[in-house]
Amino acid sequence: MTSDEVLISVRNLKMHFPVHQGAIFQRSRGRIRAVDGISLDIRKGETLGLVGESGCGKSTLGRAILQMHRPTAGEVYFRDMNLTSMQRNRLRRMRRHMQMIFQDPYASLNPRMTVGDIVAEPLIVHNISGGRKRREQVQTLFELVGLNPVFVNRYPHEFSGGQRQRVCVARALALNPDFIVCDEAVAALDVSIQAQIINLLMELQAKLNLTYLFIAHDLSVVRHISDRVAVMYLGKIVELASRQDLYANPRHPYTRILLSSIPVPNPQYEKKRRRELLAGDPPSPASPPKGCNLSTRCPLATAECYKHEPEFREMGRGHWAACFRA
Amino acid sequence: MDRTMADSSETVANPQSLTRIALIRLLEDRIALSCIGVLLLFFFLAVGAAYLTPYDPYHASPEESLLPPSWSHLMGTDLIGRDVFSRVLFGARISMLIGFISVGISATIGVTLGLIAGYYGRFVDTIIMRFIDTLMAFPGILLALTIIALLGPGILNVMIAVGIGGVPSYARLVRGSTLSIKEEVYIDAARSVGARDWRIMRDHILPNAFPPVLVLISMSYGWAFLSAASLSFLGLGAESPAVEWGAMLNDSRALLWVAPWTAIFPGIAIMCVVLSTNLLGDSLRDAIDPRLRQ
Repeated sequence: MTSDEVLISVRNLKMHFPVHQGAIFQRSRGRIRAVDGISLDIRKGETLGLVGESGCGKSTLGRAILQMHRPTAGEVYFRDMNLTSMQRNRLRRMRRHMQMIFQDPYASLNPRMTVGDIVAEPLIVHNISGGRKRREQVQTLFELVGLNPVFVNRYPHEFSGGQRQRVCVARALALNPDFIVCDEAVAALDVSIQAQIINLLMELQAKLNLTYLFIAHDLSVVRHISDRVAVMYLGKIVELASRQDLYANPRHPYTRILLSSIPVPNPQYEKKRRRELLAGDPPSPASPPKGCNLSTRCPLATAECYKHEPEFREMGRGHWAACFRA
Repeated sequence: MDRTMADSSETVANPQSLTRIALIRLLEDRIALSCIGVLLLFFFLAVGAAYLTPYDPYHASPEESLLPPSWSHLMGTDLIGRDVFSRVLFGARISMLIGFISVGISATIGVTLGLIAGYYGRFVDTIIMRFIDTLMAFPGILLALTIIALLGPGILNVMIAVGIGGVPSYARLVRGSTLSIKEEVYIDAARSVGARDWRIMRDHILPNAFPPVLVLISMSYGWAFLSAASLSFLGLGAESPAVEWGAMLNDSRALLWVAPWTAIFPGIAIMCVVLSTNLLGDSLRDAIDPRLRQ
């Protein structure tokens, strides 16, 4: 279903969080560069996977795209509308086109609302329907995500993790959005349940022509669901390519190391296999290295890497990477 | 698609809301049940006072002055011969009403201020909480006295004074819960759906911040009730001939050795109500404790 029409366009997006010190006289102590100059396009109908280690800014990027955090700099366009400069109220109305599914289905449902009310909330907020029509719509949504509509009056704690995530999916779909950010949507679930939810998401995508930004740290999950994959490290995208291209032919050393960390379910092969490892911990996003972000840990780093920041450039057809040595 | 109804086949008889679970746990608690019983008893005595006693609480008969308790006067009579039993029953009306209304005033103002301060944070928070701190700097009864001095004595003003005196504890409690609840993911979820601030506060934060407020209501009822009684005792609240337990204590101050029954019975009534609401508060706190949640 992927077309060439661009749905979401991110231009040089920066999300910095100031660090304060002192209780009364607050002084700014530098800033955390959670997202530091990211540009990318998400095409209508595609799933863009976004991977990277914990703390690299994946979730922040997802939230900044939806304007849940107002970005420090840069623009986000939805179709041709600039979300970053949009007024609060207009943005609130725009929210019906872009939704989010959160990581933890235990925390993302209000424990004091019935699941029916939770799914109905978006319909109430945007004045979509009322009374019987709304109840019917909620039932349809329940069926759509594979939940039995007789459970509308139940409370979240009466459901299992997988069922709760289905409720979250139903809530996200209630407004019939075009774009959904799945922020580690399956990370908190059992593996068997993960598969169910992923299949559900893929089916819904085909049925409703949805566009996903699928944030995850599990590379096999991303490989299963994505059309294109972006790899993030320390607030920047280091490589972006189609799924096949990225997994078969990674250009950036960080991607290669990341891919080699996927365990192979074959003990004999796993023993012989040569794994590339990354030394040390990632640098603090409050003080990133001067040159390439990876230079402090990269096995291929040269003098140039320490001095200059590599440009994010196209290396093959639709295959982008930011590395001098790629 | 594997429409996993199997996944959702576990069936429970009724939806188990957290409120319902807490209520069931509360009703299994014997202390809570007896407290509720005592409070209900006082409530019905107050409502049915006119039918339960043969005497007019205002009717003075000097020839029957200071009779000790007997079958005709269960709790004896006071200095001007009024039946203490009927006065205790009628007094329950005003005394308990004062408690209810002043707690209502404290809770409404306090919860609203706490919610707004916690939700908006920054300078809104600073302004509201410094105001609350100022209120807290005064000892409760002194604050009430000051307000009465401004408004003048009278039952209504006692309710307002005691009500304002109770605001700080509600505001601080709710602000604290709001600060932690607003970081929950379901608040983000509501915001991402496009909910407005007031909806988030009303539908998401308030219901989750409310259980501890319930405990505080029960606990502070006793305080409000006692403060009102104290103000009446000081002669600033209910003015005679209105019947109020604190005022009754005040009237019998000088008679404590001659006719102790005029003070003991209203005193016992005050104690019963305060003790019940406090113990009920304890039980409520246990019933809604999330650590006990299965």
